[in-house]
Amino acid sequence: MNEKYLFSLMSVVLLFLLAYAGVEVAGLQVLFGVIIPYMALIVFLAGFAYRVIQWAQTPVPYKIPTTGGQQKSLPWIQHAAIDCPDTKAQVVGRMAMEVLLFRSLFRNLVFKKEGDKLAYRMELFLWLGAIVFHYAFLVVTIRHLRFFAEPVPFFVTGLEKVDSFLQLGLPVVYMSGIALLAGVLYLAIRRIYVGHTRYISLASDFFPLFLILAIAVTGIMMRYFTKVDIPTVKELTMGLVTFRPAVPEGIGTLFFVHLFLVSVLLAYFPFSKLMHMGGVFFSPTRNMTCNTRAERHVNPWNYPVPVHTYEEYEDDFREHMIEAGLPVEKKE
Amino acid sequence: MSDLPKSEEILKDVEHAPPKKGWMNIPVDIRKGMYCYAANPKSLNALGFPNVHEWNPKDEDWNLPENWQEILHKGFKERLDRFRSVKVFMDICVRCGACADKCHYFIGTGDPKNMPVLRAELLRSVYRNDFTLAGKLLGKIAGARKMDEDVLKEWWYYLFQCSECRRCSVFCPYGIDTAEITIFGRELLNLLGLNIDWIATPVANCYRTGNHLGIQPHAFKDMLDFFVEDIEDITGINVEPQFNKKGADILFITPSGDVFADPGTYTCMGYMMLFKYLKDKYGLDVTWSTYASEGGNFGFFTSHETMKRLNSKMYAEAKRLGVKWILGGECGHMWRVINQYMDTMNGPADFLEEPVNPITGTRFENAKSTKMVHISEFTADLIKHGKLDLDPSRNDDLKVTFHDSCNPARGMGMFDEPRYVIRSVCNQFYDMPRNTIRENTFCCGSGSGLNAGEDMELRMTGGLPRANAVKFVHEKHGVNMLACVCAIDRAAFPDLMSYWVPEVDVTGLTELVANALILPGEKQRETNLRGEPLPGMEE
Ligand code: SF4
Ligand code: SF4
Repeated sequence: MNEKYLFSLMSVVLLFLLAYAGVEVAGLQVLFGVIIPYMALIVFLAGFAYRVIQWAQTPVPYKIPTTGGQQKSLPWIQHAAIDCPDTKAQVVGRMAMEVLLFRSLFRNLVFKKEGDKLAYRMELFLWLGAIVFHYAFLVVTIRHLRFFAEPVPFFVTGLEKVDSFLQLGLPVVYMSGIALLAGVLYLAIRRIYVGHTRYISLASDFFPLFLILAIAVTGIMMRYFTKVDIPTVKELTMGLVTFRPAVPEGIGTLFFVHLFLVSVLLAYFPFSKLMHMGGVFFSPTRNMTCNTRAERHVNPWNYPVPVHTYEEYEDDFREHMIEAGLPVEKKE
Repeated sequence: MSDLPKSEEILKDVEHAPPKKGWMNIPVDIRKGMYCYAANPKSLNALGFPNVHEWNPKDEDWNLPENWQEILHKGFKERLDRFRSVKVFMDICVRCGACADKCHYFIGTGDPKNMPVLRAELLRSVYRNDFTLAGKLLGKIAGARKMDEDVLKEWWYYLFQCSECRRCSVFCPYGIDTAEITIFGRELLNLLGLNIDWIATPVANCYRTGNHLGIQPHAFKDMLDFFVEDIEDITGINVEPQFNKKGADILFITPSGDVFADPGTYTCMGYMMLFKYLKDKYGLDVTWSTYASEGGNFGFFTSHETMKRLNSKMYAEAKRLGVKWILGGECGHMWRVINQYMDTMNGPADFLEEPVNPITGTRFENAKSTKMVHISEFTADLIKHGKLDLDPSRNDDLKVTFHDSCNPARGMGMFDEPRYVIRSVCNQFYDMPRNTIRENTFCCGSGSGLNAGEDMELRMTGGLPRANAVKFVHEKHGVNMLACVCAIDRAAFPDLMSYWVPEVDVTGLTELVANALILPGEKQRETNLRGEPLPGMEE
């Protein structure tokens, strides 16, 4: 099995060395600081859009929501509006629970054989790990907007305040960075050590984890240890967003490595399972109303099929039917 | 069942730790007791399926058509373009493993390829190879593999070890429904003539005679007449069912299994008694049909097209007879088809009326387009309005629990209607543990056309989680009756119970209702519908 995570680990190490050597030895700051980030962003945007459009253009012939609660039926029976949504608004509720709170993961019941009894216990570590990881990633991403806007938008500074309320001296420590690291480590360790998860994992499941790990580590290194010069970095990033790219002097190599790994992540995104970010909105078992008998769903490619008609049936069995006293359409 | 290991041994021996070898390197072993026999070519020809041929799953050579890989690839591509579900589910699984231990077949067999995620990966690996850039470039390291005969056999073996129960889809953070992948995969296998006989022959029967069992119209009437006599013996009332009656109020359709085998037959008798009661008291006119004499739809386990072809009879017959709306009996997958497919496939049913219960005045708003109402919804409504005279004490010898059948649970959301009905007609009701009922319910182990005789080990192991929960309430509360609203359940549970919890018997919901129902003018009943003495009537 370990060839899978070794392959992924080695790939990330190689990418790291590539960027490091490229900048440190070959002096390719412009390539790693400007050209690759631009290209990666283009690939990301075009690829993401392409995938989403592909899904959106594929028809949904049948309405197949998974009903996770009581249907709306008789007026005196309590209806589960979120788990078995009947209206579009309720579907929005269900999707919000799914996307923002990972509702389905929260249901997790792990199976265990205990003597001659089978037990199914609530297990929330995966849910917790996923929540921590995704929200930390989101917060870190939003915080990074400070590099791409001048003045820094109010919600970024606001978020930074909240994120750093556990003041541990200088420099300010952001919890999100630590949480991201913890989350990604947990998910990676779980994948390596939990038997079934390891068994089903592919190299492409480890690769993004290791990549994000490397991104987080390089980021934290820069911020707390090598103390990258933030104003100079911002000069570069503002140059990128204003389409006047320039590479100022005095930015450490680690920054280019960080930026390169982020670029790889962006470019890799549309071709990978990371597209679950877009895909979750397209899942027909979640994003449709469960009022399937109250409202007709139309299949755009519904086509006529050969059927065995009543007339053919009666032709087959008429004599028997008459004899048994069953009504018939034609007497002979 | 004689060559099956003892139930205690199965439970003791089942191992869930994953093997050392990666799953792609473990070749499929088609094991006796775990698979169903190949489809009889005659049955497949009856519906004009492609590439019909003789073959045996155990043989090295499956006599596949020469260009079978091309057929599969084309079939795959077509469906990726037609079903967003398939496309999205192929693309977005992150292999988080949340679904891994949710499948009853995995719990019962420990076979890692019965983890829903791996079942799907069997297909996904080929998808990556054939349709994705990463798979084409990186091959195996990207989780891609080429289609060959071994892979095909693996598909076949494991796609017929999934009962399309959707339990996995409840727990998946993206709602990936392995049932949907199985439905799609079986559709592909049918392009190569690789159905199983337990599905193909009922489908052929249903197409011609109107029901899976191939009962011809006169025999169908005979069988119901036989129940009429039984009911008359027990209650003194002639229930006089009506057949193919034009202008009736309601067309009633239920699975033919209930006409044919115990204990479903008692549920069937229950329907007849209920309709007689409603006719005498309120003048409700219900008709059965011999043409649409099957509620179940094994076409659903074959392909979307076959499902549509069989399902078409329901609306066609309702239209021909000029009824107001359709009432559906107790069946699992039948209700998934009615609830989520029928109107789309064969509707709009604009020749029917929006269903209203003429006795209570209740509008079944939730069925206003499809115009088909579930018997549990209908009965619950009648009871709630006090329209049935009931004597629940006649069921006092029963301690009842209720099995949520997969499809009414996760493809419909019908949980409280049947429970309300049971509580109204039985004094002793105990639910199984919350983690094993409602949306978490476990399959009987025999769903989606897998209730054959030759795959008994699969059925008994797959049914283990359900049986274990029944055993729990049996030991805790003395439960002795397992109620359900599904004909496959009624066919499968007696075997499953006798294997795991022999003290527990199986019943349909309407049998319980009919035992409690006081028919106008009935004689003092001494036995229940099974001919067993009623509580207090034992000699
Ligand atoms: S729960 Fe969903 S995403 Fe996770 S492994 Fe199963 S199918 Fe894949
Ligand atoms: S649908 Fe049911 S039987 Fe099929 S993989 Fe999912 S849990 Fe298992």
